[in-house]
Amino acid sequence: MTILRIPTPLRPYTNGKNEVNVSGANISEALNDLTNQFPNIKPHLFNEGGELRPFVNIFIGENNIKDLQGVDTPVKDGERLMLIPSIAGGMHVA
Amino acid sequence: MLPELSRDEILRYSRHLLIPEVGLEGQRKLKNSSVLIIGTGGLGSPVALYLAAAGVGRLGLVDYDVVDSSNLQRQVIHGTSTIGKLKVESAKAKLLDLNPDIQVDVFNESLTSENALRIARDFDLILDGTDNFPTRYLTNDVAVFLGKPNVYASIYRFDGQVSVFYAKEGPCYRCLFPEPPPPGLVPSCAEGGVLGVLPGTIGTLQATEALKILLGIGEPLIGKLLLYNALDMSFDFVKLKKNPNCRVCGPNADIKELIDYEEFCGVPSHDHDEGSAGAGLDITAPELAERMKTNHLKLLDVREPHELEISALQNAVNIPLGELAGRLSELDSADEMVVFCKGGSRSARALELLASAGFKKAKNLKGGINAWAREVDKDLPVY
Ligand SMILES: [Zn+2]
Repeated sequence: MTILRIPTPLRPYTNGKNEVNVSGANISEALNDLTNQFPNIKPHLFNEGGELRPFVNIFIGENNIKDLQGVDTPVKDGERLMLIPSIAGGMHVA
Repeated sequence: MLPELSRDEILRYSRHLLIPEVGLEGQRKLKNSSVLIIGTGGLGSPVALYLAAAGVGRLGLVDYDVVDSSNLQRQVIHGTSTIGKLKVESAKAKLLDLNPDIQVDVFNESLTSENALRIARDFDLILDGTDNFPTRYLTNDVAVFLGKPNVYASIYRFDGQVSVFYAKEGPCYRCLFPEPPPPGLVPSCAEGGVLGVLPGTIGTLQATEALKILLGIGEPLIGKLLLYNALDMSFDFVKLKKNPNCRVCGPNADIKELIDYEEFCGVPSHDHDEGSAGAGLDITAPELAERMKTNHLKLLDVREPHELEISALQNAVNIPLGELAGRLSELDSADEMVVFCKGGSRSARALELLASAGFKKAKNLKGGINAWAREVDKDLPVY
């Protein structure tokens, strides 16, 4: 079991939860477990072809899975996963 | 040669001069330095105030907007007395009141591919306080091309991100986010809202990073991304690496000059309040009021449920934009339908989704329920 941190913009799709327990031996399986638990989050993470969208970054501990083995990166029990989305905000436009 | 400090300046900055890491020399460095602040809104407000107070010799402010009362919940550099004034002028007056010894250069324009290099060239450091993806990618690329550090921050509701993107020493924004999300997938602050104090927290962190870089002290957030969440009161750090395939700072970079960022992001650079779905697809609030007298029209409200507590139209069906794709079966494509949101941009996206699902008779309420509140039902509040 691993804890996956959900950023605010994606919390509407996880019933408001900021952390979700997921299981899986690698990132791909962990994300599958996430989208099984919360199907509405799926289009925000994956494109129609089932590939991870390029603006979604997943970190395992301090490291981007892009710098490791991508979605094949193994996940050990108790490791912390984090989803990091692009957010645009800052200055306000009316 | 660093500039000397006057007798008055020595008194003004005495709390800095007492810190060995700053001291007289550091304060003179600050006086000699310049920072370009993109956006004079939520993030730009605290950043500009603190950098001015700290004695950064020259500040550049870029913003095309005017102060609106809905800004004042968080844009603390402006005030009730400056509503309707240019943001850059409102900010400049406040900054010079705070510190008359600094210079404030104002650029009352949007940052564009045409003006960005000219504006940014003469500054030591660029500070990204923008609110939209096109300007964010533009700011990044300008910083990469000019070899300047880009102190980045971004906020949404309760979340903030801070980093220093400095391609000479680490990754750039595009190394982390090679492509922007498609328009509509990520709501802007205008649609999603933001806790007023959040840009204060995040902007002061940005100002801190800027001062550290200008002074050459401490560990700047190069190659690190700070993630803040106000509700959890959590600060998380992750490592960022230079992306070998980065199109602007990688070894095989293929983008060598500024591009059309609006096209790159698939959006207009600013999501205007008066959202429009395009020719023939819009209906204005007065037109809708007229039509409703004779025709039976289906009203579809794509805002979030909590927004209905602020203002609502009778008999409208509420399906938030994010749920629309999964709830199309609740609608009838034979109905004449008018879709609305707060200002018209979410409903314009809803219309695209409906059109692709075969709903040919839907129209977009131009300017959203706010236009209705301004032009038809003046008892409804504008928000
Ligand atoms: Zn890069």
